[in-house]
Amino acid sequence: MARITLENLAHSYSAHPKSDADYALKEMTHVWQDGGAYALLGSSGCGKTTLLNIISGLLRPSQGRILFGDHDVTDAPTTERNIAQVFQFPVVYDTMTVRENLAFPLRNRGMDAAYIASRVDQIARMIGMEAMLSRKAQGLTADAKQKISLGRGMVREDVNAILFDEPLTVIDPHMKWELRTQLKQLHRQFGHTMIYVTHDQTEALTFADKVVVMYDGRVVQMGTPEELFETPAHTFVGYFIGSPGMNFIDAKIEGSRALLPGGEVVDLGANYGTVAGKTRIGIRPEHAVLSDHGLPVRVRRVEDVGRHRILRAELSGAGFNIVLPEDAPPPGPAPRVSFLPGKVGVYADDWRVAPQSLERAA
Amino acid sequence: MQKIQNNRAWFLVLPVLVLVAFSAVIPLMTVVNYAFNDTFGNNEFFWAGLEWFDEMIHSDRLHAALGRQALFSAIILAIEVPLGIFVALNMPKKGFWSSLVLVLMALPLLIPFNVVGTIWQIFGRVDIGLLGHTLEAIGLDYNYVNDPIDAWATVIVMDVWHWTSLVALLCYAGLQSIPQAYYQAAKIDQASRWAVFRYIELPKMKGVLLIAVLLRFMDSFMIYTEPFVVTGGGPGNATTFLSIDLVKMAVGQFDLGPAAAFSLMYFLVIMLVSWVFYTVMSNMDKAEAGQ
Repeated sequence: MARITLENLAHSYSAHPKSDADYALKEMTHVWQDGGAYALLGSSGCGKTTLLNIISGLLRPSQGRILFGDHDVTDAPTTERNIAQVFQFPVVYDTMTVRENLAFPLRNRGMDAAYIASRVDQIARMIGMEAMLSRKAQGLTADAKQKISLGRGMVREDVNAILFDEPLTVIDPHMKWELRTQLKQLHRQFGHTMIYVTHDQTEALTFADKVVVMYDGRVVQMGTPEELFETPAHTFVGYFIGSPGMNFIDAKIEGSRALLPGGEVVDLGANYGTVAGKTRIGIRPEHAVLSDHGLPVRVRRVEDVGRHRILRAELSGAGFNIVLPEDAPPPGPAPRVSFLPGKVGVYADDWRVAPQSLERAA
Repeated sequence: MQKIQNNRAWFLVLPVLVLVAFSAVIPLMTVVNYAFNDTFGNNEFFWAGLEWFDEMIHSDRLHAALGRQALFSAIILAIEVPLGIFVALNMPKKGFWSSLVLVLMALPLLIPFNVVGTIWQIFGRVDIGLLGHTLEAIGLDYNYVNDPIDAWATVIVMDVWHWTSLVALLCYAGLQSIPQAYYQAAKIDQASRWAVFRYIELPKMKGVLLIAVLLRFMDSFMIYTEPFVVTGGGPGNATTFLSIDLVKMAVGQFDLGPAAAFSLMYFLVIMLVSWVFYTVMSNMDKAEAGQ
């Protein structure tokens, strides 16, 4: 087990990258703590698999270093890194039995037969496949195969980290839940460093202690699920986390007030001074409530999603979503919206801006 | 619910039936006709029953040809299959070189059989052939015209040259269908090169290998043109395989009855062996799947 340090790491798939755009992974420096459960979250093509392959050693970064603990492994091949990886599609050795599959990584490392047998039994119990140990892996269902892959990743006790590359893509929804819970449990039990790549926010938020959100080759925010929800550092995080995503409205920032294009004024609750660049304010749909006072909105439609309702509306000429409780009365003819105090964020050129002081400007 | 019977559908199969009858069944039946009759020309036939079959089954000449044929097929399978796999494993996987290698590999397969025979016939000649003359020059006593071992070696090397590409291309197709993740997983599991071959590549190639073995077996068991052009079945009868023997009997000696009986048995043997091959190999597959 080890702490993973990425030092000035960047990667480009072209041999002579000219501009920033040629980099699949922009320069980054991060430290991932030993024993943490991290989720790498982002849409397709944002560089998360590239980053994972660099950590596992399948790719050599074009610049920067990667350290496991204090040990530089930038040039070490996969086999020397002592990591485990579970892939998007189940990888099993078809001609072997389930037992042989699970034992394979240990056998290749010349472990003692008695140890292998006990370890395989233990893992089989964990993934619930004791009854199938003697069956050939060929012909099993996709989720059984993926469980074997998980098991093979887990079978070595001394791995530095276990990497998961969207491992639940091919799994049925109800099995997804079960496997995810199992993973979480295994993490608590053994304390391996786990890195989990996904584009599914539910998966990321339920699995990880720390979620790393990636966008366009960059880590835009690394934080707990709560931090991502409450204070997204980048508009992408706002959009990507939450359903529906955060509302963003163009605004001019003047001290503790935001002026919307339609002339409405929003109280920001803190003093931001003057903010340069393209400025917007962001409010979660969950943090907007219908009330008698506040800003006028035009209702487009109401969607009932079961647990609650989503009011699709227009505020100051831009689309604006509001989450209504299931039992809330339908909006009146001229509804108004107000924002929960302290929940409005200010963004300049997509990045969140901190207030200069918590006092309001005079 | 009552199933609606519509037998008119059979008419749609009729054109195929006619075609197959015309191209395969009727010609085959004429052979059957010759096999059970004796003829002296003038389209006169005398019933011979199983006489020709009896004669052929007990013919030493046929036994010898069959033995040579089996040995030949066994040798070329034993060489071409492992060699084909080895070549496929070492072919470039993508890019310019892979296209170039594919084209080069396909070349021998595109050459007409008798041209292949002619190429090797000349190539191996001691007086003007590059191979024959070179071997002679470095002091090897090589002459496929009067040395049976040399004749065999030439015919085998020629077949390997001609057909290993087929096995290699089929295996290559099988290898290309293996997702990259398998190799990555193997690296992470610290599998040796041999283990990667044994547990990933070989199982994935099994389907195409079955086809390759079947094709190579059938083809080599029926081989005629190339050895005929190179050695003409000689020296003596050393490279007289079944087809060559059959043609000698039918066209050279004009023994139509025995030759017809011979070809029917020949046909049945190939069918039988192919069927056994296929059944055994696909059963092995099922057993592995644990079904």
